[in-house]
Amino acid sequence: MTDVTVVDVIGYIVILVGVLFDLLGAIGLVRLPDVYNRLQSATKSVTLGTFGIMIGILIVTGFTPLGIKALICGVFLLLTAPVSAHALSRGSLRFGAKMWKGTVIDAYGKDKLGGPQIESEESEAKESKEKEDEVA
Amino acid sequence: MSVLWIVILIILGVAAFLCLFRIFRGPTIADRMVGVDIMGILFVGITAITGILYNLSYLIDIAIAVALISFVGTLALAKYLERRTLDD
Repeated sequence: MTDVTVVDVIGYIVILVGVLFDLLGAIGLVRLPDVYNRLQSATKSVTLGTFGIMIGILIVTGFTPLGIKALICGVFLLLTAPVSAHALSRGSLRFGAKMWKGTVIDAYGKDKLGGPQIESEESEAKESKEKEDEVA
Repeated sequence: MSVLWIVILIILGVAAFLCLFRIFRGPTIADRMVGVDIMGILFVGITAITGILYNLSYLIDIAIAVALISFVGTLALAKYLERRTLDD
């Protein structure tokens, strides 16, 4: 315990922040109501969390081979996680995963699929009411 | 400082169990795929922290390999979800 320097303490703090982001992302993965919401919460915070762990390892170990490899791994995660998240969300939209009924806008479905994919009873009820009003 | 590393590993293990809950419970296939993707990224962090804890520098190489395989596997699963083949 005698050879803990200030740089080590900064590295431990960065690693702890990263681990907390990981935990919050996993909690969001469980608690949120929709595939797209889960993907957003989980991918953003877990990517930032693991990148924070890698940067913390770099700060703790310095520019040793271990630290350089951790930096390379973190940069790779930072580059590839948005790509895989985008591919997963587009695949689940084409697969037909239903959106949460509180979803406000679906621009991709409006442009490419010829109509919003939001299936909510409230909006259908509103549309039928408007049609009834127009008829009347 | 090994107590700190063990606490960090326990927190990451709890997060991995939450992902496992989503994989078992997920209503559609897309939810399960999101869980698998996030669990792969969590395992990268767990492997790196274990390498720091036991002072084994080759575990970070395993972390890089896990990140690569998780990325390629997620892209393949997304293509499968999109009902397309792998070569277009």
